[in-house]
Amino acid sequence: MKKLLMTFLAVCCLILALLGLDFALTASRAQPSSQKGQTLTFYNWGDYIDPSILSDFEKETGYKVNYQTFDSNEAMYTKIQQGGTNYDLAVPSDYMVAKMKKAGLLAKLDKSKLTGMDNLNKQFLNQSFDRGNQYSVPYFWGTLGILYNTKRVKGSDLTSWSSLWSDRYKNRLLLVDSARDILGMTLLSQGKSVNDQNKADLAAAQGKLSSLMPNVKAIVGDELKIYMAQGEGDLAVTYSGEAKNAIEKNSDLAYTVPEDGSNLWLDNLVIPKSAEHKQAAYALINYLNRPDVAAKNAKYIGYATANQAAYQQLPKSIQNDKAFYPKQAILDKLQVYQNFNSYWTQAYNDAFLEFKLGKS
Amino acid sequence: MNKTKKRFTEAYLGIYGLWLLAFVVAPLLLLLIQSLNVPGKGFSLENYRDFFTSGPYLAMTVNSIWYAFLITVITLAISYPLAICLTKLKHRQFWLLLVILPTWINLLLKTYAFIGLLGKGGLLNQALSSMGFGHSQLLFTNGAFLLVAAYIELPFMVLPIYNALLDIDPLLPAASRDLGASSFDTLKKVIWPLSMPGVKTGVQTVFIPSLSLFMITRLIGGNKVITLGTAIEEHFLVTQNWSFGSTIGVVLIIAMALTMALTTDKKKTRKRGRK
Repeated sequence: MKKLLMTFLAVCCLILALLGLDFALTASRAQPSSQKGQTLTFYNWGDYIDPSILSDFEKETGYKVNYQTFDSNEAMYTKIQQGGTNYDLAVPSDYMVAKMKKAGLLAKLDKSKLTGMDNLNKQFLNQSFDRGNQYSVPYFWGTLGILYNTKRVKGSDLTSWSSLWSDRYKNRLLLVDSARDILGMTLLSQGKSVNDQNKADLAAAQGKLSSLMPNVKAIVGDELKIYMAQGEGDLAVTYSGEAKNAIEKNSDLAYTVPEDGSNLWLDNLVIPKSAEHKQAAYALINYLNRPDVAAKNAKYIGYATANQAAYQQLPKSIQNDKAFYPKQAILDKLQVYQNFNSYWTQAYNDAFLEFKLGKS
Repeated sequence: MNKTKKRFTEAYLGIYGLWLLAFVVAPLLLLLIQSLNVPGKGFSLENYRDFFTSGPYLAMTVNSIWYAFLITVITLAISYPLAICLTKLKHRQFWLLLVILPTWINLLLKTYAFIGLLGKGGLLNQALSSMGFGHSQLLFTNGAFLLVAAYIELPFMVLPIYNALLDIDPLLPAASRDLGASSFDTLKKVIWPLSMPGVKTGVQTVFIPSLSLFMITRLIGGNKVITLGTAIEEHFLVTQNWSFGSTIGVVLIIAMALTMALTTDKKKTRKRGRK
């Protein structure tokens, strides 16, 4: 009994000591910021900004940036909706901007406080999810496409989504674990839209998708890029950003967007309604809109920048990379995801789940 | 003296009761309410009806139970002999530590390590090809999934069995041998029945979490094995239909309660396990 009590006390002491240490550490970190203007809480995807940009911004403006990360749009949505932390700037993708707007989570942007909007590529402004960019400023963009190993697959064989159904790729294809993307590319291969809301079309797509099964080796998440870099699969359906990471690890890989079109995704800067430091948030948006800053950021991240003036400053080798900055003919065929209501979200996911189950 | 001791016990029970109420009972109730609260329709049993009439979900349930069963059987087959060996060794504590050690490492890290081991250019394939077997597909197979799941659950099976074996009076097997029983008979008629409480605890601590595995099904199984865990993850993170996700959660909890009821010792004199 005595021994138990001693152990219990020891554990309590340890917890207290750790709490004290944690408190001391946070206090020492927070102190300079409270003396020098405000702290801005930036809620972004993991590794989605050049860290030196943030420190330059702090030096230049005196604001402090508290950088926090999320790994999915849905996780971010839940966090912002539930409150608790007041985020001042967040980076949702296209359909999520629409969803957040509808849920009343976003603050309307005061255009008079924004600068550098002329630097942005018109192609990515005034999109269906936010007409007139009343709530969002585009950050990076990309596509859904096919990542393949040039040693084992000929790029010229991959001109359309339907080529994935070819017998020669038996058990060699990896798919990203996302209902919307995989059904979307199947719909595209049938000449339909990625935003199709027709039961018969969805059923037809599910039917076609199930015949892809023999080719599918695995359906995976973020780890897809590791598997591709290791040569675990010969080709994969994934996003351009993930493809970029995989290519950096293995130079045998290449990325292409099929000619029958694809999804265009756009990540955007938004200010949540609950933001407490809007002034600072505007300052950071304007800073990121600067061509030199945006170009530096684009070089670091490797995704395609929505900032046209920054694009002009990028090295020719990046500018001419047709895989990540596709030619206009393909750009014209890209479709942005519309935000589905819960019925269609469920319908797409159920169809995808049935497809996955058909496997075992 | 006795009075203060009694008071201490009461205070402790009070705190523990509050803890249970806040972190065990309340979340379960919330889960149940959430599962009955269908968005846009108010309270109804619709989710449960949908679950039990939908082919895919029933298939997933069967899958989950089948794979959890396989994992448990494999783990038990490896753990029982291992636990017997452990009790016979000289530096038991040291060897036991080696068995427990992997639980100190994060689950995800261990799983990623297996990607490196089982991959095309991985250690195992290199060894196989150097022996002249050529490359074989290991990742994304049911075998690989079972291997990794069994590896992760192993310590939770070994520990209770080991403890139960240590509790057996060494005189009993000795007497059995003296009376002419072969070592197999001793194992079957003396040691196995006496170690049963440990085996039951082990089965519970392995079978129940195995029902809702989801990370390994994707990372190692490449989603070729789909369990209810996958569906719950999807409903909470992708479709955000928390109501239906909760329904699956409740179904799993009922399945777990059934497992507990079937494997718990009626006479319940010893309490052992992961907690």
